[in-house]
Amino acid sequence: MTDDKDVLRDVWFGRIPTCFTLYQDEITEREAEPYYLLLPRISYLTLVTDKVKKHFQKVMRQEEVNEIWFEYEGTPLKWHYPIGLLFDLHASNTALPWSITVHFKNFPEKDLLHCHSKDVIEAHFMACIKEADALKHKSQVINEMQKKDHKQLWMGLQNDKFEQFWAINRKLMEYPPEDSGFRYIPFRIYQATTERPFIQKLFRPIASGGQLHTLGDLLKDVCPSAITPEEAFQQSLYALCNGIWSGEAENNT
Amino acid sequence: MAMSSSLLWAVDIFGRVYTLSTVGQYWELCKDTQLEFKRVSAVKQCCWGIACDHQVYTYVFSGDVPIRYQEETYENQRWNPVGGFCEKLMPSDRWQWSDVSGLKHQQLDSFTLPSPHWEWESDWYVDENIGGEPTEKGGWTYAIDFPSTYTKDKKWNSCVRRRRWIRYRRYKSRDVWAKITSHDDPERLPDPFNDISIGGWEITDEPLGRLSVWAVSLQGRVWYRENVCHHNPEGSTWSLISTPGEVAQISCGSYDLLWATLWEGQAIVREGIDRNNPQGISWSTVESPSSDNGIMHVSVGVDVVWCITKDRKVWFRRGVNSHNPCGTSWIEMVGEMMMVNVGLNNQVWGIGCDDRTIYFRQGVTPSELSGKMWKAIVCGRESDRSQTGSSTSLLSAGCFFTDDIQNQTNTVIQGDADTSSDTELSSIPTNLSSTPPMGAAASSASSTGSQAAGAPASVTVDPLDSDQGEAPAASASDEKAHLESRKSTNPTPSTELQWTNIDLKEAHRHAVLSVSTFTETSSLSSLGMFSVGAEEQYGADEHPLWAWVSGGGCLVDLHSPLKWFAVPSGLSSSVQSLSLSITPAQTAAWRKQIFQQLSERTKRELENFRHYEQAVEQSVWVKTGMLQWWRNWKPHKWMDVRVALEQFTGSDGMRDSILFIYYMYHEEKKYIHVFLNEVTIIAEVLKEGKHSFALYTPERTKQRWPICLAATTEQEMHDWLSLLTMSCCESRRIQGPPSHHAIWSVSCKGDIFVSEPSPELEAEPHPMPCDQMFWRQVGGHLRLVECNNRGIVWGIGYDHTVWVHTGGYGGGFIQGLASSADNIYTQSDVKCVYIYENQRWNPVTGYSSRGLPTDRYMWSDASGLQECTKANTKPPSPQWSWVSDWYIDFSTSGGTDREGWQYAADFPASYHGHKTMKDFVRRRRWARSSLICQGTSWLHVGTDQPFVSISVGAFFQVWAVARDGSAFYRGSVSPKKPAGDCWYHIPSPQKQKLKQVSVGRTSVFVLDKNGNLWYRQGITPSYPQGSAWDHVSNNIRKMSVGPLDQVWVIADKVQGSHGLSCGTVCHRTGVQPMEPKGLAWDYGIGGGWEHVTVRGNASQAPRGTVPSESPPEPMESEGSGRKGQAERSRTPLMVSERQEVDSNAVNC
Repeated sequence: MTDDKDVLRDVWFGRIPTCFTLYQDEITEREAEPYYLLLPRISYLTLVTDKVKKHFQKVMRQEEVNEIWFEYEGTPLKWHYPIGLLFDLHASNTALPWSITVHFKNFPEKDLLHCHSKDVIEAHFMACIKEADALKHKSQVINEMQKKDHKQLWMGLQNDKFEQFWAINRKLMEYPPEDSGFRYIPFRIYQATTERPFIQKLFRPIASGGQLHTLGDLLKDVCPSAITPEEAFQQSLYALCNGIWSGEAENNT
Repeated sequence: MAMSSSLLWAVDIFGRVYTLSTVGQYWELCKDTQLEFKRVSAVKQCCWGIACDHQVYTYVFSGDVPIRYQEETYENQRWNPVGGFCEKLMPSDRWQWSDVSGLKHQQLDSFTLPSPHWEWESDWYVDENIGGEPTEKGGWTYAIDFPSTYTKDKKWNSCVRRRRWIRYRRYKSRDVWAKITSHDDPERLPDPFNDISIGGWEITDEPLGRLSVWAVSLQGRVWYRENVCHHNPEGSTWSLISTPGEVAQISCGSYDLLWATLWEGQAIVREGIDRNNPQGISWSTVESPSSDNGIMHVSVGVDVVWCITKDRKVWFRRGVNSHNPCGTSWIEMVGEMMMVNVGLNNQVWGIGCDDRTIYFRQGVTPSELSGKMWKAIVCGRESDRSQTGSSTSLLSAGCFFTDDIQNQTNTVIQGDADTSSDTELSSIPTNLSSTPPMGAAASSASSTGSQAAGAPASVTVDPLDSDQGEAPAASASDEKAHLESRKSTNPTPSTELQWTNIDLKEAHRHAVLSVSTFTETSSLSSLGMFSVGAEEQYGADEHPLWAWVSGGGCLVDLHSPLKWFAVPSGLSSSVQSLSLSITPAQTAAWRKQIFQQLSERTKRELENFRHYEQAVEQSVWVKTGMLQWWRNWKPHKWMDVRVALEQFTGSDGMRDSILFIYYMYHEEKKYIHVFLNEVTIIAEVLKEGKHSFALYTPERTKQRWPICLAATTEQEMHDWLSLLTMSCCESRRIQGPPSHHAIWSVSCKGDIFVSEPSPELEAEPHPMPCDQMFWRQVGGHLRLVECNNRGIVWGIGYDHTVWVHTGGYGGGFIQGLASSADNIYTQSDVKCVYIYENQRWNPVTGYSSRGLPTDRYMWSDASGLQECTKANTKPPSPQWSWVSDWYIDFSTSGGTDREGWQYAADFPASYHGHKTMKDFVRRRRWARSSLICQGTSWLHVGTDQPFVSISVGAFFQVWAVARDGSAFYRGSVSPKKPAGDCWYHIPSPQKQKLKQVSVGRTSVFVLDKNGNLWYRQGITPSYPQGSAWDHVSNNIRKMSVGPLDQVWVIADKVQGSHGLSCGTVCHRTGVQPMEPKGLAWDYGIGGGWEHVTVRGNASQAPRGTVPSESPPEPMESEGSGRKGQAERSRTPLMVSERQEVDSNAVNC
């Protein structure tokens, strides 16, 4: 699937129309207009919301501005989850645009990680990439890359450059022809209904019997309780859409 | 048919013959299962074997083209005053029926079929052509006397006449084992056979399909089968080859290697095998690597030898080549094997000593001939799977109850073992794998799948019970769905059934064990074996035990990974079919589904919000790198430059790019830049062996001076090429596969380019200049490409193989991001590189490589100007790799002597194939094959012989000409099935060899090597092959039939006022729907013309009933007016061409 440009592009260029509104209790000098933006599904909230921050800061007093954080219907949004994941997890059944509330005060320390600079996001992103490659290639591919390749990967994500990103990511998604797949498939399963942050497990692409595993096999193996036929179908659709990406960082479902 | 796959042959310990495709995952039982075999030896087109009756059999694949042989005999008559021409001949004359020379008596009824494997195609008939020209009725040709020159015209002094009778016979035993019957003297007939090996097809390609077939008899004698070739697949007789001892086993490589083992444990090596002497001359002996254990088995490739000693150790022979077939020393390899077999490209297979598993030697490359490691082939057998197949098809046919209890039990066991719950996936593979018509299977599968999804409750129901209890009550379709669902949702096998399974397995294993020990002790074991292992149905758990393997026809392509290693043997069959039958069709369907859902998602989430601002602004992205640039001031040379590609988003939201090249000029920093939306082509070029490519813009096309850049590695160049090509396409908004109207071209390197024609290209009076056309590369490598205007594109490779475009794009260097995932196959092409060895005669040493100081290089190119030694000559480009060693080319024009030399008085002169007193120099040509291999959107179409010309008509008529001069028509080509289904052989006009074919709207014209132009008569929609050739004209050099069936040619011998002119452009006049052959020639420009094509000229007013697809032509004027215009539009080209050619015009 990694050699299918059309699908990869469509996944990459997935956008969620979002309406940012300032939290009602924030103190402003004049009324804050909502701010509309197309968020890339494959990115992080704090990476792509400079404009939002700037927009609302204009109407606020400087001393009132602390670290920005986002919330949807009472749930603080974890910036270190991909945007597409946050949307699917919390808001997939609501009408568009996705309405996100912006806060500058009362940072929910117990729910969110701090994100003081983009370096933090980069570190988190690279950690995910490295973890995934550890599962896929015993870290061989990522370790053989040069620093500039890592940088290109990150810059590709940050600047929404599909080619730039995939020129490097392609190498991470390859495996030698004599192997029939990755060592393990990197994935995370997030469930809106449980307290656990996500499920993660070692899972080989090929069963001990030699047959290729499908997403259905994985779900059945990892969270059998979640599967009803109906649901399985939807999930398969969904996880497949983003599964291409999930090889890299996290599974969005 | 698709030759991109090839077969590995193997025999199991029961003597059953299986094949495994390089693209397959199953051992398939040989179609002909009448016999059990001991040994097989396979090549691409056939397999020879020794059956358990110790007789030799050959298995010839049914190809697209029949194997036919033309028998002929001559009827001779003499004139006498009484009866005119009559059968009474003079006593000194030849026989009334004779061969062409008249020396051999040959009556019609003296011809018999050579073996039961042949059949007559028709009765005898008279050949009514002589030298391509039709004769009078009756086919007689006349002469003054026998033997003499015969003419078709009867003259006053014609005293004798003769005519030729023809009858074709056809080899019919294809896809079956045909017993080699012997007509030899029973005294000299070989005793029963013990071993066989075939090869030697690379020694010479004349006659077509020639093979060396070597056999060993039980008494240890070696036999060589004479005259095995394409037209004589059985060969003619056995010749005894004397040996220094009793031979146990023999192995023949694809080229000139032949080794055998003696019962005493040494190996013997045949020396002196070459094209003049495929049997070789003498034997040399090679001792066993270990003094205690003699050599038991040997196998040879092109330049490798592997052997097994009696202690089952595996050895590799170092230093083997044509000049030293004995090699230098043995190296011990890892593993203990029963036997090894070296196949194509020196790839190696072995059968493990303990487990009787077939192992493939991984990592065998030209630089590492001994490979890296053994890897077990763990494919299941088709027969295991077919149990599922048959039961499933029974089910889907509604036959739930059968009287075959055994069968039904199998079904349950297999269903039971299937532990998948993913109904969508599991049901589709099961059906797809077993039912050939895919569409039907898929639709039924999806319906059962959806029903199955709703019935997860049957998990704990014992399948057998449910069969008996519930089935009668339910309707047939419900039962079907129910069984399917039970199969796919039952996670754990019930204990009862598991027990059955184990029981089967145990019983069987027992049987097999006893068999395999039996094998070890008896050399004739396979005879008795089958009855011992009489249990026909093995448990699916049992992995096959192998006795013999042959890879001589198996082309392992390093670029497409084999799927032989993923499936362990302990699988029950339905699980196998689940995972293994994720077919390309299914992947394509899957992809389509995902794509569709993604599109829906995009629509849902984005459609009403496109006016929203993007979170991330598209900033400039720069890719930089170091390349070399062919600088544009003198002296021209490569210089290091920094290169940067900048992408930006234009105001219209489209992206565009600029390429900057930064260089130093007299210590001053400078740069040039190119807007990629102005680039017209990016093409790899050959420049001093570098990984280089050229960028053209319209301006640079005019100047003939592209920007040439070179990278240090191939990978780096491909990265740039891929990126730049993508950027160019993006800025021109070109994506997806080429359109039906695309213009195709092929560079001299064999790279394929397409250009999407814009309407302005033909807009009169100011057509778009050609230099503005944008060409993009599609993957693949071909010598010529032909298309019609409805999307059917066919091509011929440098190795004369035939390819059809599948509608994909990308491939080659354009991997990954810019290519389609569907329709990408592996394409390979073979090209020969030639160098010349030159020698001069001197009185002291005779011919030697010491030339005169003024002579050419002693190793040179054809012109003698470039030095080309064996060592310094490289493949055509870095993408090519050598696939053979240097060999002498005997097919040089002018002929050669037995060592390949051609003689001449001096360099350069005309060369001839025999030495005369006046010859002081000689040369011979060496050739070396190189191979290019890449993923492309071209699919190989099998042919039995090389092709030279191809043409695609407006109604998907694909016609081709093979190198032997006959024509072929491809059946059932359509937009949905661009590859069609099979070739129909169309015999050429009598005694003529064709060289070119051109298909118009409906007309088919061919040109033969003697310059005759023929029209195909009797073509109708229901009989597209037509019925006969109709002679139109002679003295034609090239022809081109246009989309309106217009005919243009290059003609020779056109009368002028001062003599004949050669190479003249001529137009056939009077071509009408009812007169497709036209009436006369209209002579155009001439003297030195070589080629004309009117394939693109559809701009005439449509005539008569024309399909609605053809675009309405606004200027519907008379033919003559349009013709004048077409003429005019070509004028500038002709002028420039004439300037160049005129000086040469005298030559032709």
